[in-house]
Amino acid sequence: MSHSVELAGIGMTFGSTRAVSDVSLKVEAGEFFSILGPSGCGKTTILRMIAGFIEPTEGRVMIGDRDMKGLGPNQRPTAMIFQSLALFPLMSVRDNIAFGLEARGVARAARHAKAEELLRLIALDGYGDRMPGELSGGQRQRVAIARALAVEPGVLLLDEPLSALDLKLRQHMRAELRALQKRTGVTFIYITHDQSEALATSDRVAVMSAGLLQQVASPRELYEDPATPFVARFVGETNALPGRITAVEAGRASIETDLGPLTGRAGQGAVAGAPGTIYIRPEALIPGTGENALTARIERVDFEGSFALLHGRFAGGASLAASVPSTRLADAPAPGSSAVFGFAPQHAVVLADG
Amino acid sequence: MSAERIFRAIFVLYLAAFAIYLFAPLMIMAAAAFNESRFPTVIPWQGTTLSWFSTMWADETMWQSLWTSLLVAACVVAVVVPVGTAAALVLTSLHARARSFAYAVMVSPLLTPGVVIGISTLILWRQLGVGGGVFLIVLAQSTFIICYVMLMVMARLQRFDRTQEEAALGLGASRIMVFRRVLLPFLRPALLASAGLAVLQSVENYNTTLFVRGFETPLTVFIATKVRTGLTPAVNALALVIILAAIAGAVFYELARRRRTA
Amino acid sequence: MGELRTRFGTGLSTVFLVLVLFWLAGMVLAPNLMMIDYALRPNLPPAALGGPDDTYSLSNILYLAGEPTHRAIFIKTIWASGLVALVTFLVCYPIAFWMAQRATVGQLSIALLLIIIPFFINEVLRTLAWFIILSYRGPLNSVLMNIGLIDAPIRWQGDGGVLAAMVYAYILFMLLPIYNAIESLEKAQVEAARDLGASPLRIHTRVVIPHAKAGIATGFVFTFMLAAGSYVAPSLLGSPGSRWFTEIIYNWFFEGGDWNRGAAYALVLLVLCLTVVLVTLRLARVNLADVAK
Repeated sequence: MSHSVELAGIGMTFGSTRAVSDVSLKVEAGEFFSILGPSGCGKTTILRMIAGFIEPTEGRVMIGDRDMKGLGPNQRPTAMIFQSLALFPLMSVRDNIAFGLEARGVARAARHAKAEELLRLIALDGYGDRMPGELSGGQRQRVAIARALAVEPGVLLLDEPLSALDLKLRQHMRAELRALQKRTGVTFIYITHDQSEALATSDRVAVMSAGLLQQVASPRELYEDPATPFVARFVGETNALPGRITAVEAGRASIETDLGPLTGRAGQGAVAGAPGTIYIRPEALIPGTGENALTARIERVDFEGSFALLHGRFAGGASLAASVPSTRLADAPAPGSSAVFGFAPQHAVVLADG
Repeated sequence: MSAERIFRAIFVLYLAAFAIYLFAPLMIMAAAAFNESRFPTVIPWQGTTLSWFSTMWADETMWQSLWTSLLVAACVVAVVVPVGTAAALVLTSLHARARSFAYAVMVSPLLTPGVVIGISTLILWRQLGVGGGVFLIVLAQSTFIICYVMLMVMARLQRFDRTQEEAALGLGASRIMVFRRVLLPFLRPALLASAGLAVLQSVENYNTTLFVRGFETPLTVFIATKVRTGLTPAVNALALVIILAAIAGAVFYELARRRRTA
Repeated sequence: MGELRTRFGTGLSTVFLVLVLFWLAGMVLAPNLMMIDYALRPNLPPAALGGPDDTYSLSNILYLAGEPTHRAIFIKTIWASGLVALVTFLVCYPIAFWMAQRATVGQLSIALLLIIIPFFINEVLRTLAWFIILSYRGPLNSVLMNIGLIDAPIRWQGDGGVLAAMVYAYILFMLLPIYNAIESLEKAQVEAARDLGASPLRIHTRVVIPHAKAGIATGFVFTFMLAAGSYVAPSLLGSPGSRWFTEIIYNWFFEGGDWNRGAAYALVLLVLCLTVVLVTLRLARVNLADVAK
């Protein structure tokens, strides 16, 4: 049975450092929810407060509508997968997986049966007698997941569990995690600093910076409609051109930049007269003319396979990143040349600075 | 180049002298156990015999001493392993400043002369009406052997990944179960090694034991008394047996250690 | 303490704390306090305990200062222990340097094994071995007489014998800390010094010894403390003219029957050792935490 998780104004202070300030959010039961942010942003602290390893200095943690205050990690309906995995090196794979059931006083035969069932689920049947040290990185990863699932947690907490794996395996495990979550229906709360991981797997993503919650939204909304300058810059690549907002009407905002007046969608906090920045995604910049024409000098072209990234500088000095599909690369401007780019207003967003 | 060669020759001579210094006493002592001479020596050799071994075997007081030493050692292990482990765990849970003070207090018995430990234990317990004997030997020896256990357990603890404890807690284990199933198995090699070391330290102790022995005669006291009151090669026979047992123990320990780390 | 409780729960952490307190309070602190109490009181018959004469004073300690034989033995024990530490250092240093910087892996593991084996053997037995070698009709005298170096046996027992046996007994306590310290010295540093034309002596005094200072101080401290507190070597190998301070302490307890004076003497020995330990470590700028490896 999966649970919802609600954080109501939680904060955490270690000595004189404020690790987390006033974070409120609700994770629905059965959701794959990610918390994304650079290292040191407080995301791991939040996870540890949900798990019960630390008590928040203010606010409440509710799991399945029950206040968790005073309950230790062994009394909460959560299970955690650690960055280091923390498999028990001196126990067999089977005993590792059955550990949570042993803690609950389940009889030996029953917990071994359950362990076998989970070994099948993670496609490691027959590995029960191995020791964790004898497994590959990906296999250990799966054992850690099985160990956590064995206790049938209402919420599974994952603390960057894929960070130790190489790229190929990481992408594979990402898909596997997603499939596993759909199959089991357990609420996943997933911590990562890797935005592609968060965007690809999650139903919703919370972005954090310096202990503050920036935005909670679906991956697509996060990308297309960032609520804060931090989210706009942190999630995906972007071209940021600062200026002063001149007019806001009918969902559009005009901004006066060093490169002339530009128009985009009006984001949060965009009011006429305020200092602001327009954020344009690389794929929104189209070589040639169009609305919002911008001149830039191309310095370098990085070929990435399905597309190429053009790097350079705008006339005002701000850096340029524009992506061009490989199929149209022949028409793209060459390094050293100047080119004009345009973008449609609905593909850019104007946010107030701050 | 020739200066280098001379230097090298001197160093090889020094190494040889060092090896002789290290082993000649033990070999002479061992060899003397087989000499028929009444006094333990190797020169002159008066004929090879095994009779000193049977003399020692027949010595009732030797068996009594051996029994006392083993009893003491068993009790010492029972005291020092739990207390030393607890000390290591308490110490590693303290904050940095309190820790360095507590650490200094906890290693102080290692820097206290053994006779002083024996004397202070004897004095305290006489005040409480308890005289020297097995009980006081155990207490006095444990006072400093605990330090060794603590240091060995701490060395092992440094390599412990604390997230294992959190993982176990997160899976619903009680704190006692975490300790019993996760931490204790991890510490097991250090606990076994420190138990072995404790036996060795206990059986071989003399300076501390001498003051608290009361009317007991542990093996070291037995040997020292023999040296003063009438040394025969029978004592060498006993020494040889003890040495072989110690070496066997050391080799066994080393092999076990290599197998574990391999 | 809070951390202990969150980690192990109330029950277990109470057990741990009780065990540690039992040790520190009952086995370390209380005996030493009682020894100090004894040292400061006069030796009285049971009837006079608590009477008008039962007052604290330094008379037991002052007695040591005033009694010429005891004072001489005390002073001799100090310098002789220092000498033991110095000789042990001289014997160990070249070996430690060779093991840490020059020996191959194979040589090193053999050397470590050979050095550790004798130390699995009882201090009493090691002393016994020296007792046999040095005895009047023992192997050393026989060999020397056979090769014509001496005409009559020599009485080795006495200061020389005690020194030989003590150095032998404490080699490991000196060798291992020095070895550990030199081992952490980069081989390249020694080579660089040689490359710059430094003589071997200069390499050692300017590069190796300063680097190994902490290890040397640790070895020195342990050797001194063990030597000053040793009873077995002087009692078996000593002669009436080479008495050790610990022997006098023993006599106060088991022959002189004055425990108060014995306690005072033991206290002096303890203070001496702690002073040497702390001063040496301070001079070498070594943290007490680094002493116990």
